[in-house]
Amino acid sequence: MTAIDWTRATAAQMADALAAGEVTSVELVQAHLDRIAAVDGPVHAFLHIDAEGALETARAVDADRAAGVELPRLAGVPIGIKDVLVTKGLPTTAGSRILEGWIPPYDATVTRRVREARMPILGKTNMDEFAMGSSTEHSGYGPTRNPWDLDRIPGGSGGGSAAALAAFEAPLTIGSDTGGSIRQPASVTATVGVKPTYGGVSRFGAIALASSLDQLGPCGRTVLDTALLHEVMGGHDEMDATSLDEPVPAVVEAALAGAQMDLTGVRVGVVAELSGKDGGFQDGVKRRFEESLDRLRAMGAEIVEVSCPSFEYALAAYYVILPSEASSNLAKFDSVRFGLRVEKSTVEKTMLATRAEGFGDEVKRRIILGTYALSAGYYDAYYGSAQKVRTLVQRDFDAAFAQCDVLVSPTTPTTPFKIGERIDDPLAMYLNDIATIPANLAGIPGMSLPSGLAPEDGLPVGFQILAPAHEDARLYRIGAALEASLTAEWGGPLSAQAPELEVAE
Amino acid sequence: MSSLDRSDVARLAALARIDMSDADLDRLSGQLAVIVDAVAKVAEVAGEDVPATSHPIPMANIHREDVVRPSLAQDDALAAAPDAEEGRFRVPQILGEEA
Repeated sequence: MTAIDWTRATAAQMADALAAGEVTSVELVQAHLDRIAAVDGPVHAFLHIDAEGALETARAVDADRAAGVELPRLAGVPIGIKDVLVTKGLPTTAGSRILEGWIPPYDATVTRRVREARMPILGKTNMDEFAMGSSTEHSGYGPTRNPWDLDRIPGGSGGGSAAALAAFEAPLTIGSDTGGSIRQPASVTATVGVKPTYGGVSRFGAIALASSLDQLGPCGRTVLDTALLHEVMGGHDEMDATSLDEPVPAVVEAALAGAQMDLTGVRVGVVAELSGKDGGFQDGVKRRFEESLDRLRAMGAEIVEVSCPSFEYALAAYYVILPSEASSNLAKFDSVRFGLRVEKSTVEKTMLATRAEGFGDEVKRRIILGTYALSAGYYDAYYGSAQKVRTLVQRDFDAAFAQCDVLVSPTTPTTPFKIGERIDDPLAMYLNDIATIPANLAGIPGMSLPSGLAPEDGLPVGFQILAPAHEDARLYRIGAALEASLTAEWGGPLSAQAPELEVAE
Repeated sequence: MSSLDRSDVARLAALARIDMSDADLDRLSGQLAVIVDAVAKVAEVAGEDVPATSHPIPMANIHREDVVRPSLAQDDALAAAPDAEEGRFRVPQILGEEA
């Protein structure tokens, strides 16, 4: 009999096995550290590994469990944290050279909640610099590679968090989603990712990209695992003025209910503008999407088509609002209080040199774009207009949700592309997020889960579900139902079909 | 709306405190002009009668009692500073030679 490979288990299975005394947290953490050592060289999902810290947490959890102390559900289950969240005592860079070597003096609220849930933190996951990108190629520390094909991108900005899951380096990770940075990486790596309702998870201690769009969320390999982490992360926080003062939606309960595969009476809206009818969507992506709709129908859901005409302008509005807010948020990297300093004769010359050296090209592009959009004479035409488009997008969603309970679309127009393919064409890169951006503009929750592999290239396709604000639980109910239907056919999760990675000696 | 040219990018980079070499300006100016032209599309549907949305979820200001609470200790705040002296952040001279 061979030993169980715990890295292949779900977080829920790990939690149950820990509670039943079938495995220790130290064994789980060590198995994942060994896996990281074996495969993360080429995958490069992690920027920093905290082996000793993770084992220390694991030992304490094991000791408490042996002593009969009551523990949170996920206590002892290891996790990876996107490098956008500050972690006291652990390096935090947000993927930027300007923060190389920075050790934050405090914990983000979500970091604190992970620690309170007694989850060993394996390390910090790679990302596009300051979360600007859809491929993780804009990381200041080199790209992450997609475990399904190491020549391809793992999505972005949270490519590290998604690749860590797909490579079985962690059962759970945390992401941040400003325009799709949780959902799009989930789509291209055959994993699950959720952007909660804006304000559902505290942003305190998350290095801000665009404050009116950013939302932290859970990433996992199954819908239930993602729900378990959502409940750890979510909830009101007085340290974030935009935090919703309401209970965390009952997402675990919704995931369990969805797995019963009964969607009788659920109305599912297909967004005409996001379903690839006008081209631009890969054939295999459309095919898997249509098949998933058939599955929802077979479980009792009613499928209706809805139109959201303003979505045509969402991408443009996003690329005005995001750079405007980012140019302001990134002003704090001024060489004075923390981070890089390239010393020159005056403080102004020092700032100019520091920001030139510390920021990558994509960050520079967006800061300049934002500075332009906010400058006198252009503000109304760009920023003011973009805020109006935001209203129109919200109205489209309101009208659509009057006709149905959830909206669905493919998460991304294509399967993962090759590293380097779009790096010199920013607009082509921005189009990756065409289906995910509207949710951020409106603040509504969204999920991506695997819907299969595209027949033409054998690469993952994601299915996106969107729900009205505060109705995050609906994502989990519909998502769990679709997942149950698909995995019954596949004979297990899609992630199990990923090619074996070469293991380093 | 007009597109961005190289001199605009140079001026904006200076405003944003990012030094740009000639090579940087050559590379980024063309890309930025394409992006600006693409996003100018937002003005097409932004009618007078459409209100602006700054924030996705309606929210009210929050308040707390004006009492002292624990916060970052001075040593912690200065721990990552590139330069510090006597409990303060230290910077190069603020005014240039011409001042």
